[in-house]
Amino acid sequence: MAAALTVDKLYKRYGEIEAVRGASFTINTGECFGILGPNGAGKSTTLQICLAQSKQDSGTIDLLGYTMPEQVLAARQKVGVVPQQDNLDPDFNCIENLTVYAHYFGLQLSAAKINELLEFSGLSTRAHARITTLSGGMQRRLTLARALVNDPEFIFLDEPTTGLDPQARHLIWERLRRLQDTNKTLLLTTHFMEEAERLCNRVAIMDNGQIIAIGTPATLVTECIEKEVVEIYGADIENWLASRQSLYDRYEQFGQLAYCYSNDAIALVQALQAEGRNFTHRPANLEDVFLRLTGRDLRE
Amino acid sequence: MNPLYKPPLISRRMLRLTFRNYKVWRKLTLPSISMNVLEPLVFLFGFGLGVGALIGDIEGTDYLQYIAAGMVGYGAMQSASFEALYSAFTRMHVQRTWQGILNTPMTLDDVLLGEWVWAGMKGAMAGVAMLLVVVVLGLAESWLALPFIMLVIILTALAFSAIGLAVNALANSYDFFSYYFTLFITPMMMLSGAFFPIAVLPAPLQIVSAFLPLTHSVELVRPFMTGGDIALSQMALSVVVLLIYTTAGLYLSTILTRRRLLK
Repeated sequence: MAAALTVDKLYKRYGEIEAVRGASFTINTGECFGILGPNGAGKSTTLQICLAQSKQDSGTIDLLGYTMPEQVLAARQKVGVVPQQDNLDPDFNCIENLTVYAHYFGLQLSAAKINELLEFSGLSTRAHARITTLSGGMQRRLTLARALVNDPEFIFLDEPTTGLDPQARHLIWERLRRLQDTNKTLLLTTHFMEEAERLCNRVAIMDNGQIIAIGTPATLVTECIEKEVVEIYGADIENWLASRQSLYDRYEQFGQLAYCYSNDAIALVQALQAEGRNFTHRPANLEDVFLRLTGRDLRE
Repeated sequence: MNPLYKPPLISRRMLRLTFRNYKVWRKLTLPSISMNVLEPLVFLFGFGLGVGALIGDIEGTDYLQYIAAGMVGYGAMQSASFEALYSAFTRMHVQRTWQGILNTPMTLDDVLLGEWVWAGMKGAMAGVAMLLVVVVLGLAESWLALPFIMLVIILTALAFSAIGLAVNALANSYDFFSYYFTLFITPMMMLSGAFFPIAVLPAPLQIVSAFLPLTHSVELVRPFMTGGDIALSQMALSVVVLLIYTTAGLYLSTILTRRRLLK
């Protein structure tokens, strides 16, 4: 499979801060690739550099065969972008937002294309509505449709569902899956592990400007963490666990909550049930991998 | 050469942004033009009829006609400045319209030049609308001079559009622009010869006046409107000064905007 985006040894420093420190990855054509990472990990900076919004200090980027940032205009002709903050044009209605944006590409949208994009964003009945009258979810969908005016081969999405309610989020996910079915290549950054697990063929976990893990969500869960997690609640939890070390592989304590990781938690679950303790038993997921790799400290 | 200091690359792409602004403006054409003409009109009649009744002629010209020449340039300056400051700042910083555009095959130079052309067009429209009023009022001496006056209006508007965009690149909020208007635009109105001859100013202020763009705009418009004389050397000097303000303003705004937005 051909590579749609190849990022090689990317470095970017803002004054004292090293935002990206040697990130490398390749995204295949038709793939949905997710970059996960805590705030300040360097996700958005990486995206900005791939789009030539920001210039790397060193490292190379090949986007759809174009060298960035040198061939940025040719590349952008084939790329769609959904930015982190909506920047729809409030001076225009929904249709005008699409036609004016297409004009920046030097394109004129046909009536059929406009209808298709409005249908895609679920805004056919609001075609002439002003942007300020749309809900957050509608604006996001229109932003997504706007990113498609040039029929892009590659779409960048920077936290596409942040700030949306679950209904709006599921609708965006459904639309992104439609795009995957048409063989478009997607790169998205997200905080939501569920989003990454549902949508992405592969994910990269980024922290402190470096990519620390890369693979399919399932592989990462298999390779980076134990199979099962038992969450136990209680004030005396530390002592209780200290005397039963054979029941789990390792644990992390977080206030009155302990996360016990094990490849076979049956014995631990039985012990907890016997004592009538408050606990949850579940398979490990991507969020556990993420927290294991990036730690539980707040990034502020 | 540091790419930051390269002169802006001129491409027809910039007109895509100019067209966007035009599309917005078209929704509010009449109120927009009326407002642009209203302020210079207030000055024209307020001073022209009020002060004019007291002093009669000035330099052999009826006072109403005397300041009419100044108000045409003033209208162009004011309208171009507002567009390059408040409106461009709204699109650059508040609505983040520029950021959206910069994800398309448009460069920052395209965006900036497009804004420059647009603010210049708006200033020119305001100046020409004011000129029409002046003509209707019978204050213009000759129809033949009108195309030349229009060229001066366009040059004036493009100069203030360029200067305004440089100031815009430095602004943190709308409040910043009140400094520009209070410290630059308003004193310039008084020192430019729009309301009274520069010769009555104290000598040091006359020197300051000679460096102000509006002075040269008024210098060029007045003789063509009132039928007065202007030496060819003075004409050439005034055109060159306005061209220098335009070029320098545009170059400065390019560098400052790149420094602000490209990291």
